[in-house]
Amino acid sequence: MTISRREYDFQAARLRLESKPKSAGEKLTTLDEAVAKVKDGDSLAFGGCLFSRTPLAQVRALLRRRPKGLTIARNLMCYEGEWCMVAGAVDKVVTSWMGIGLPWGLSKIVREYVESGRVPMEEWSHLALGLRFRAAAMGLPFLPSLTMLGSSLVDVGGSKTIDCPYTGEKLLAVPALFPDVAMLHVHRADRFGNCQIDGYAHMDADIARAAATVLVTAEEIVPEDEIRLHPDRTVIPGFIVDALVHVPYGSYPHECYGVYDAEPDHFSAYVNGITERGAAGVQDYLERYVYGPATHADYLALFGEAALADARRRGKELVT
Amino acid sequence: MSGALDGVTVNELLAVMGARELKDNTTVFTGVGAPMMASGLAQRMHAPRLTMVIEGGIVGPRWKPGSLAISTNEMRAAYRAQMLTGITDAFLLAQRGFLDVGFIGGAQIDRYGNLNTTAIGGSYDKPKVRLPGSGGANDIISLCREVIILTAHEKRRFSETVDFITSPGWLEGHDSRRRRGLLFGGVSRVVTTLGLFGFDPESRRMRLEALHAGVTVDDVRANTGFEVEVSDRLTTTKPPSEEELGILRMLDPARQFIG
Repeated sequence: MTISRREYDFQAARLRLESKPKSAGEKLTTLDEAVAKVKDGDSLAFGGCLFSRTPLAQVRALLRRRPKGLTIARNLMCYEGEWCMVAGAVDKVVTSWMGIGLPWGLSKIVREYVESGRVPMEEWSHLALGLRFRAAAMGLPFLPSLTMLGSSLVDVGGSKTIDCPYTGEKLLAVPALFPDVAMLHVHRADRFGNCQIDGYAHMDADIARAAATVLVTAEEIVPEDEIRLHPDRTVIPGFIVDALVHVPYGSYPHECYGVYDAEPDHFSAYVNGITERGAAGVQDYLERYVYGPATHADYLALFGEAALADARRRGKELVT
Repeated sequence: MSGALDGVTVNELLAVMGARELKDNTTVFTGVGAPMMASGLAQRMHAPRLTMVIEGGIVGPRWKPGSLAISTNEMRAAYRAQMLTGITDAFLLAQRGFLDVGFIGGAQIDRYGNLNTTAIGGSYDKPKVRLPGSGGANDIISLCREVIILTAHEKRRFSETVDFITSPGWLEGHDSRRRRGLLFGGVSRVVTTLGLFGFDPESRRMRLEALHAGVTVDDVRANTGFEVEVSDRLTTTKPPSEEELGILRMLDPARQFIG
């Protein structure tokens, strides 16, 4: 398993951007229309990190279209990666770590799908994956770094080293990763797609610049003036964004910094399903939470207003 | 688990011994679990001017007792932080050289402090057991000035060889780490449930430097998969004090992390 030229071809990536409209116009659309921009075989990068600001509403809408042959990249892949494996949507996972978190132990789905060779998992160090997106965001084929040298991770993706042209020291040449599509969830945007994020920045701003197509869901759509009064808070300019959808609780039951807290009990119930039924437990979950609900409102109704309000109360409490 | 003192859990022991390694007026790259407990304890004992950096992009948090983080990227980890930046930029603080110490753990460790958290047995493409992966561990061990490994001491973890080097310690010893391009840092300490290890400055092989109370060198040998070298100045650690344990239990009253 080695990286392909397509991932770091900065000239092709540049030409792709040059040929694309970079509109300051309206970006608002529906979830279904946004995720329809994903084609079978595309490489996707998800924003957020682990169970923080994951674009879950987009992932669910995407899986309802039964996509095939995708490559998905995320710095710390959480259970959305497991859904994609069990749904048969992915050919490769690119990450630095995959699981739900410390209390839930090793992922049985990762074990089943990766150990059997069904879905290859290409591992990078957390920083190296961040630098892959940053190199792409900078329009470069690679960035030099001091990380990952001497480890077995160098061989996994076939990373190369370079001799520094000034000092002669050996440096890792971290290859760029230009995904076809970025899927991000943000706190607020105006209808033109100018996006603001509170709290954790994660890698979203780099991923947005790295990708050829950018899909965004936002907790809130705010008037243009609200963005213009605080332009320093904008981390993704509208001309980068291809589709924007208003989706409150768009990363729930993952957290959205300062807006709502995550639901560890929900993760435990999900993992219990896997403990009892293996991958069939994930299938059950997909039927109930992904394929079942016709709309996002139907999805939220599965949790109930009281749970949503409580997550919101806890989320606010942690920043006040 | 062997080595835990009476009434002291594995994670309490690791947190106390880890905390004692940290100095005031320094910076530490820390994670969740025992590293978080160790850092929080050190700050309340002898190191009030210790700054914690966490891979979520967090600088200088002041965690709320009873509301500790289960991931390095969730809101609790950033509680009352002094700065929040991106993940890549948090690691770049370490690459620049701002991080004095980093804490990590590991599923499998060899005598040179190389760690495996990727895969056990088989091949990379078809491993016998797929572990979660590096996360930030490789970056911490590559980029911090010193690294302290916190781990339970079990024979299956302390292995003659690691199947995959996720996080490079001293590689094959001597100057091999430097020769591979890792110009800075290295593992300075391995804190286990049986004792404390350092590394021989020449061979870079792990060396037992202190035993916890009630543990013998034979206990260490029986629980280690490689030959145990012993310092000629072997000492015994002071057991966790009531004050240290009291602070840990105040931080984690539900014993979610200290066990």
